[in-house]
Parts: sequence; structure tokens; C-alpha cells
Amino acid sequence: MTSFWSVVVTLITLGSIGAFAYLLWVCATNRMGKPEGESMGHEFDGIEELNSDLPKWWTYMFVVTILFGLGYLVLFPGLGNFSGVLNWTSANKQITSLEESRAAVANTNGMVQYDQEVSDANAKFAPIFEAFAAQPVAELAYNEEAIKIGKRLFLQNCSQCHGSDAGGTTGFPNLNDDKWNWGGSPEKIKETIMHGRVAAMAAWGDVLGDEGVDAVVEYVLSLSGRRGLDVKLVELGKSKFGLCAACHGPDGTGNEMFGAPDLTDQTWLYGGSRLAIEESVRNGRAGVMPAWDPILGEDKVHVLSAYVFRLSNPNK
Amino acid sequence: MKFNHEFLEKNIGLMAVFIVIAISWGGLAQITPLLFSKEIVTPVQGLKPYTALEMEGRDVYIREGCNSCHSQMIRPFRAETERYGHYSVAGESVWEHPFLWGSKRTGPDLARVGGRYSDEWHRVHLIDPRAVVPESNMPGFPWLNETVLDGKQTAKKLTVFKDMFGVPYTDEDIANAEADVAGKTELDALVAYLQSLGTALK
Repeated sequence: MTSFWSVVVTLITLGSIGAFAYLLWVCATNRMGKPEGESMGHEFDGIEELNSDLPKWWTYMFVVTILFGLGYLVLFPGLGNFSGVLNWTSANKQITSLEESRAAVANTNGMVQYDQEVSDANAKFAPIFEAFAAQPVAELAYNEEAIKIGKRLFLQNCSQCHGSDAGGTTGFPNLNDDKWNWGGSPEKIKETIMHGRVAAMAAWGDVLGDEGVDAVVEYVLSLSGRRGLDVKLVELGKSKFGLCAACHGPDGTGNEMFGAPDLTDQTWLYGGSRLAIEESVRNGRAGVMPAWDPILGEDKVHVLSAYVFRLSNPNK
Repeated sequence: MKFNHEFLEKNIGLMAVFIVIAISWGGLAQITPLLFSKEIVTPVQGLKPYTALEMEGRDVYIREGCNSCHSQMIRPFRAETERYGHYSVAGESVWEHPFLWGSKRTGPDLARVGGRYSDEWHRVHLIDPRAVVPESNMPGFPWLNETVLDGKQTAKKLTVFKDMFGVPYTDEDIANAEADVAGKTELDALVAYLQSLGTALK
């Protein structure tokens, strides 16, 4: 704030308080030309208006609020650029990057309330997370304290897509089973959460044509043992499956490197009906898992990985 | 004619004028200086103007009243920053006209929702929130997926933001605005807008 505006704010604020005090004084003194307690000459239906003083409790409260206001302005920021005797402030409102904010928290002198609050919490929780970080995910998964924290983190950040029971839904994987498109090892799970995943199934509708799509769908259905299929169409689909094999493998069992699902099991990320598979083949799919390192930081992701690993590995 | 309180009480027009002055008085000290304050008009380092598509999405957000249930203002408390991310700072809202900070959270704060979920999640969730969050009481907005943007006003919107509010759009941005939103649905625009929220503070 420039000194001009600082002076304006100070004058308005103190001037208003002074005006309130004056108003109170005017109203508290008898200026009606009649002694207190006598009739003002208004009468209606036998009820008279008397010249009464202001209620005492109300007057005293007004005085107290004025004194409180002045006391507040001395201690806390309120008068333009004057930061108050306590030098207190709620947050660093001028920061322009997260870097500056983190530096402010690290160098807190206790006068910025948010910085102090976060700094205190860091001092309290950092040792806990450090102890967790020292343990491998596979071991941490059976540390009940860590799992409690992991569950909170999961419900807060992951349940929107994967569901509060981690059961997933169409397009968002179930994390309770042993099927993993990107790998289910503790390391792979952590990698997935840290950096996110981008899956890209190309749209094959134009390349294959309608008949080609039908054939490939028929063949894909056969991979997971669907019955009552058109054998000729399956054969045709098999001959075109080379396109799919690049990611899903020649036998259709998938590839964790591309997040390409296993097509031979009964788990279907986008649904296993003929219609759903046809949609996948014709128009492609684009699954995205966001990266959580920038949002949560590695320590929390580590605990979260332990929780997610535990879901599908309930027993040590 | 004696000018006293009785006179004021009996002339309602004059009283209205004085009421307006009394109410505005506090704003003179609290609001007016902010308009000239450096930290209020300096953008944060990573702030980018909304793209044409995001700008259209922002208008969908306003039209559908999203700000009635979702705030875009993270307050500086740890309990809040742990959940939503770093508290909002003035430099992020420099180019917001009007700002959409909101004041009610029936749903969660959206100030830093950008990048938290995939585009596909937003699409599914906006069409039918309960498809992904069974506990949700948010209404679905399926028509957004069916309404294609005509883009006739897009360039004008950017121009207004450039000329009236000093948002640094280039002539190229404005020339391409209509083409940038061509064929996109309102849902595409809203998702693009949501994915941009809160990503400027790095």
C-alpha cells in the first residue's frame, strides 16, 4: 500500500471511531430542554414518551467496543501500513510462487500464523513420515499406523475415481484384485502414484473398417473363453490381431510397459460386453492417472503406496 | 427549515442517500485502497490468460451456477491447505472478472482442482456424478455434452478482457478464438477450464 492510501485508511478508521465517540457523547447528554424523566409531550392511548437517558448497559458496551477497537488497532494490523505492535499477520499474501511460500514456512519467526502452524505440524509429523519412508513399501503395508494414515490419504485423494472401497468403476481400475495394468509390485504401484500414467489405446475404427472391428471384437471375446462365437469371424479377427499385439502381446495377455490390459482374463476396465469392447476397438480409450508427487509429495505417496499394496495383499 | 434527525426521518429519499453513504464508508477504507495495491494487481509468476476454450468453459461454469456450491478460495489454514493445496493468493485472481471465489461449500473447493483428476473423470463426473462418486449430491449436467459451442462470441470475450481489464491476449489469440473452440462441446470447455484452475502458482 502506498503511503497515501495508508494515510487515507488511518484517517478514515480513527476518524470514524472518533465520530462514534462523539455520537455517543451527544446522545448521552440531555439536549432535549426537559429534565430527565419528564414527558416529551407525545401521548397515545395513555402511553407517554418520556425523556429517558440511554440504557446504562448499552452505553457501557458502546464504550467498551470503542476501547476494544483502539486496543485492536494498536496490537494488530489495521491502520494502513502500520503492522501493529505484535507484528502479527495471517499469511504471506504477497508470495508469487510456492518456492517463496516454502521458504517462508522454513524461516518462520512465529509472526505469520499460517507459517507457524505449518512449521509446527511439520516438526511433529516429519519424524513419523521419515520413519515410514525408511521402510520399504512391502513392509510398511503391514504397519497398522501407516495404514491408518494411508487410508485417510486414499479417501481424501483417490476415492473420487477408484471409489471409497477402492473397487473402481468403468474406466477406473479396481485396486482390490490382483490384476494390474501397470504392475502390482510395490515399486510399480509407487511409480504409478508418484508420476501418474497415461494410457493410449488408439482408435481402430477407420483402419479396420466395420467388418474388421466386428472380427477383432469376436476374436478378443474368444480370448477370454466366451462361448457361442462365430468361428469364421474369430479366425478373421485373429488374422488382424497383429495390430493389437504390439501392445497387448501376440497372445493378448497385455503388457505392463504400456499399461495394455490382459485380454484373456475376466477383468475389463471399460466393460467386457460386446458393445463395450467394440467401443474400445473402434474409438480407442485414453485413461489418465494424475501424478501425485507434485500434490502430496513423496513421503505421503510412500504411505499411500503401502495402503494400496495392502488392499490386494491383505496377508503378509 | 431546521436540519435535524427528525427532518431526515421524514424525507425518505434523503435518508436513502445517507444510508448509502453510511454503508459505503467502511468500503472506502477497506476496499478502495486494494484496487491500487501492488500485491493485488501483480500476477503470480506462472499466470496465463485463459485460452479461448477455457474462457468459454468459465462462462459455462458461471451460467450453471457452479459457484453457488463450489468456492474457489483456499484459506490460509493448514487444515484447508492439506486438503486443497496452497492457500489462494491475490496474484492468481488478477485477471478474474468477475472473480468466482464463492462463499459456500456444498461441494469441495475448486481453486486447485486443475490436474487432480483426469479429463475423462471430469466428463463422467459432470454427466453423472454418482457414476464415480456414489455419495455425491451434485446434480448431473448431461446437456453440456450435447451442446456444441458456436464460438461467435469467443473473440469478443477475449477482446473485452484485453481492452477492459488489461489481460495480455495477443491479436493472434483473438483472431484464432473462434477456430479454437470450433466443434467443441460445452463439456469440453468446462473440463478445460476446470483443469486450468489453480495451476498458475508453482
